[in-house]
Amino acid sequence: MRPFEAPALMISFPELILAVLAMILLMLAVVGQKENYRLISRLGVFALIVIATLLFKSNPETGTSFGGMFITDSFAIYMKMLVAIGSAVSLMMAGKSLEREKIDRVEYPVLILFSTLGMMLMISANDLISLYVSLELQSFPLYVLAAIQRDSTRSTEAGLKYFVLGSLSSGLLLYGASLIYGFTGATGFEPIAQALHGQTAVSLGIVTGMVLMICGMAFKVSAVPFHMWAPDVYEGAPAPVTAFFAIAPKVAAIALLARVLMGPFGDMIGLWQQVIIAISIASMVLGGVAAVTQTNIKRLLAYSSIGHMGYALIGLAAANRVGIQGIVIYMTLYMLMSIGVFCLVLMMKRRDKVVEGISDLSGLAKQQPMLALAMSIMMFSMAGIPPLAGFFGKLFIFQAAVSAGLYTLAVTGVLTSVVAAYYYLRIIKVMYFEDAAAGIDKSEDTGLNLILIAASLAVVLFIVLPAPILNGAAEAALSLVQ
Amino acid sequence: MEIGMNHFLVVSAILFTLGVFGIFLNRRNVIVILMSIELMLLAVQINMVTFSVYLQDLAGQVFAIFILTVAAAEAAIGLAILLAFFRNRGSIAVEDISSLRG
Repeated sequence: MRPFEAPALMISFPELILAVLAMILLMLAVVGQKENYRLISRLGVFALIVIATLLFKSNPETGTSFGGMFITDSFAIYMKMLVAIGSAVSLMMAGKSLEREKIDRVEYPVLILFSTLGMMLMISANDLISLYVSLELQSFPLYVLAAIQRDSTRSTEAGLKYFVLGSLSSGLLLYGASLIYGFTGATGFEPIAQALHGQTAVSLGIVTGMVLMICGMAFKVSAVPFHMWAPDVYEGAPAPVTAFFAIAPKVAAIALLARVLMGPFGDMIGLWQQVIIAISIASMVLGGVAAVTQTNIKRLLAYSSIGHMGYALIGLAAANRVGIQGIVIYMTLYMLMSIGVFCLVLMMKRRDKVVEGISDLSGLAKQQPMLALAMSIMMFSMAGIPPLAGFFGKLFIFQAAVSAGLYTLAVTGVLTSVVAAYYYLRIIKVMYFEDAAAGIDKSEDTGLNLILIAASLAVVLFIVLPAPILNGAAEAALSLVQ
Repeated sequence: MEIGMNHFLVVSAILFTLGVFGIFLNRRNVIVILMSIELMLLAVQINMVTFSVYLQDLAGQVFAIFILTVAAAEAAIGLAILLAFFRNRGSIAVEDISSLRG
């Protein structure tokens, strides 16, 4: 029997701490009174910030633990920091809105913590078993969160739809994983990569397995044709939950996709590149076209996020260091913009009732000019108009596509971002040039206001100080693609 | 006739396909969808155990145990969500899951 390896365990220290803290919070939540929501929520935010700090301080060298099931490198650390910060911010954003809608239950922060733990393990997965278990640890709390407004038909229906389609996708992923295991004889990513290395004639089992696994993971990033859950879930779930869905899980899912395709399936690039290109083009086109006719802002943002995932997948299709760097930058900026936009969605209420129509924003510029300005910054940035942050995200991605010779992807990306600009600009037009409707209440949630100000400043000032993100992304890409 | 690995794999492929079609073609009842999901996961487990036996490698059986555990949690969450939905809607027919559309 091998001796207990404490130093090897240390590299998973942030995850271990998060697991323990989440369980302690669960105990506190169960034992305490129902009014504990604020306390548990604050402790949850604190725990996530501690985790992000631990990750920031942790050793960026590549290392494995748990018998090779868990891997950590610069890429994993960067993406996990994104996820932890995103979850912490979305938990902070949720506070008042949950109380207003009377769903301020203690399980909310606990579920978010467990889901975040799943995402972090997913980013660090280095084995089919740890991939599956962490993917489900991430998904199950999300199913429950979507249905957390138990007395609402829309919320429970969103939860049910998400659950059924999510289970279907993990079934596909599992069947793929079983075929990969059967035809390579291993579950670890390195042994699989070795078994696939230098094969000239790839067997049908491996191709089927790989495609099924890509389908399962594409569902988690809501890429076309596995996007059908996203608009319904975004619309049906309560706004704070939708904000969390948009901010954190996508980052983790795209990191997992990148690790699996660049790692064990790295030698099969000729086979999966076509699939990723097709998915990417379909997502960009659908994200651009379908959002045009939407009237509900949450539904519109769902299509917008499908489109954004299409752009991020361009970097994966390029499959080189520039591409991975592009993905990392794009996901960072996407998270930043989502935080800003969802702050505004959470502020949308009229006489304390939630409103979600785009027309409810009409005349906002006259009533609350600062809020309208912040929203315009976010919309311009999402449309990719320089000099805002969103432009640079797209710039790096298109650069990667051109460097890999994928001109079709780059051209489609530019064309669809023109289409997408139409509906982003439509929101600005509604705010500035349409007569005021009943207007929306002034936000009295200081935390939400501060987060919105911080996100707007970050989007505007990215051009002045891009170095931390660019360097972090370059280092992360280097650790994934040698 | 000797029963070989292919027979097991074919059975599991048939079960998996039945599960997938059960989700898409079923127009009546959500419980049937939950059963179809379980069927898919069981098919995968047959696959795993078969490969594990013929590869002389234990990892597949360990994986099957993990799938079994996760499937139990999945069924619990699915039924809980379904119950919450039923309390609001008063029905679990598939065509009644239609308030969100666009």
